[in-house]
Amino acid sequence: MDTTLLLEWTIKAVILIFILLTGFAYLTLMERKVLARIQVRLGPNRAGPYGLLQPVADGIKLLFKESIIPAKADKVIFVLAPLITVIPALVINAVLPWGRTVTVFGRQVSLYVANINVALLYVMAIASIAVYGVTLAGWSSNNKYALLGGLRSAAQMISYELALGLSLLGPVLLAGSLSLVDIVEAQRRMWYIVYQPLAAVIFFITSVAELNRAPFDLPEAEQELTAGYHTEYSGMKFALFYMAEYVKMITVSALFAVLFLGGYLGPFESQYPWLGPIYLVLKILVGLYVLIWLRATLPRFRYDQLMRLGWKVLFPLALLNVVVTAVIVVLMG
Amino acid sequence: MVTTFVFVVAAAVLLVAALIAVLKNNLVHAAMGLVVSLFGTAVLFVLLEAYFLAVAQVVIYVGAIAILIVFSIMLTRRVGAQWGNQTNPTWPFALLAAGVLTVLFALMVRGWNPDQALPAAEAVPGDVTARLGAALVNPGGYVVPFEVASVLLLAALIGAVYVAWGGRKAEKSTQR
Amino acid sequence: MLWQYVPIAILLVLSTALAVLIVLLDALLGPRKPTFRKLSPYESGMVPIGPGMRRQPVRFYLIAMLFLLFDVEVIFLLPWAVTFRKLGLFGLVEMLVFIAILLVGYIYAWKKGALEWE
Repeated sequence: MDTTLLLEWTIKAVILIFILLTGFAYLTLMERKVLARIQVRLGPNRAGPYGLLQPVADGIKLLFKESIIPAKADKVIFVLAPLITVIPALVINAVLPWGRTVTVFGRQVSLYVANINVALLYVMAIASIAVYGVTLAGWSSNNKYALLGGLRSAAQMISYELALGLSLLGPVLLAGSLSLVDIVEAQRRMWYIVYQPLAAVIFFITSVAELNRAPFDLPEAEQELTAGYHTEYSGMKFALFYMAEYVKMITVSALFAVLFLGGYLGPFESQYPWLGPIYLVLKILVGLYVLIWLRATLPRFRYDQLMRLGWKVLFPLALLNVVVTAVIVVLMG
Repeated sequence: MVTTFVFVVAAAVLLVAALIAVLKNNLVHAAMGLVVSLFGTAVLFVLLEAYFLAVAQVVIYVGAIAILIVFSIMLTRRVGAQWGNQTNPTWPFALLAAGVLTVLFALMVRGWNPDQALPAAEAVPGDVTARLGAALVNPGGYVVPFEVASVLLLAALIGAVYVAWGGRKAEKSTQR
Repeated sequence: MLWQYVPIAILLVLSTALAVLIVLLDALLGPRKPTFRKLSPYESGMVPIGPGMRRQPVRFYLIAMLFLLFDVEVIFLLPWAVTFRKLGLFGLVEMLVFIAILLVGYIYAWKKGALEWE
């Protein structure tokens, strides 16, 4: 383990965090712009050309806002909860492959932070921590809306995590590996969305539920739960929850692209590895657009409908998909 | 050596977190201590190059069992309330037993020569996860325990549903 | 290999540092003018009624329990899926038996109404 290697890893980690944070900032702008266009409005357009400085303005505003900690809150956990939410949201991206190996300053650099052979399980593990942020934020606020909202979101997340985990098995069965790089490389002949359309649909629906976004945005069901688990949060602590949600949107889109849309693969990618990240970013943008589009279009589920969909429709379907895929793989040899 | 350093840090964090889990009056704080100590165990598994185990530890223990514990804490009445002591009158004896054990362990470790200790965990050839999968369904491997595990899970499932939900009427289905 | 986890550790340290820095900045830069009303729980502008923490329905516990059991199943399925191509028909049958046993429990929970929310 030499110093250059350590330096390379650190630089890659810094770049990844930078990409995710910039992505977060401009995703908020993109969401507001797209929502505005869908609702025949203009969206933010005052701060800078086309409103491009809007995220900066928002950030500065939130930074100088008073950050209230309710008197009866559990102060330690109240401060920890946004941290527990945002740190896994960033760390989960370590295994995302942005491309193959490229040459930078005469040095072979692989375009991912880490390629571990249990990558997909790592993603599941880190994703499962997100439940704590939600539950603890709700509990520590000493607010009945926050507590109920937090518990509901947590129950929703764990219910959909099952179908999510099972939908991951489809690509794993085909690729025979948990490494995301291997899964992408196995799609050189054909994207897995062709072989695994059901798994792709289930993955998408369940990950929207994991994100707590429309139509699964129960925390924002303001007529019953005010603002759910982050009712009492303000200032940058609130911004951290917001940041985690948008970074996770990027992660989910990227994972969808990696698992089902061939990740960084695309025309001429094998000759010019630098095209890899560009293809992946384009695919991520499509995924993000669909997520925003859903929010603009679909009404919110009722909680009992949501639980029924998760347990009685998506879970058995995902299990069925695994069995059918396995049988077909055996039959095909 | 970096690994030793990481081991010492992880072990220290694990122990402190475990103490928090045992000693804290506030149940949610105690549960958080438990979560951190489970994480520390995952780090130890990584250091032993048992990667699948490490990640499965996080998924199952941190992501499911500890969540279950947190949910069941929320079922109780006053979580943050101070409900008397965390210890019972026999704590001096427990302390004594723990002290004796510590001394014994210390003696053991003193007689332990790291140079001729157990052979370093041999790198398992090939993909460990794949080998684990093969061992689970191999007739010469662990197929019987594996299938028995599913019966165990089934028993737990039925038990959980019965205990938590048994009193309710089964035909109570929603109209819409 | 162990070294492959070093970048993840680096990313973890950097992310933690960033998040802690943001919380610290938040505490440093924002104004601080607490009032009694401001620090009381938000209940849509009403005076808060009753304690903020109360007992929660047993439903949540049941959902977490079911999740735990099926999560273990998913974890068992993963290594099997990785090596499935080499296992062939026998591996498939083994796994079908495993899934079938757990399906019994799933159907039991369904029939008992444990999957309903109401």
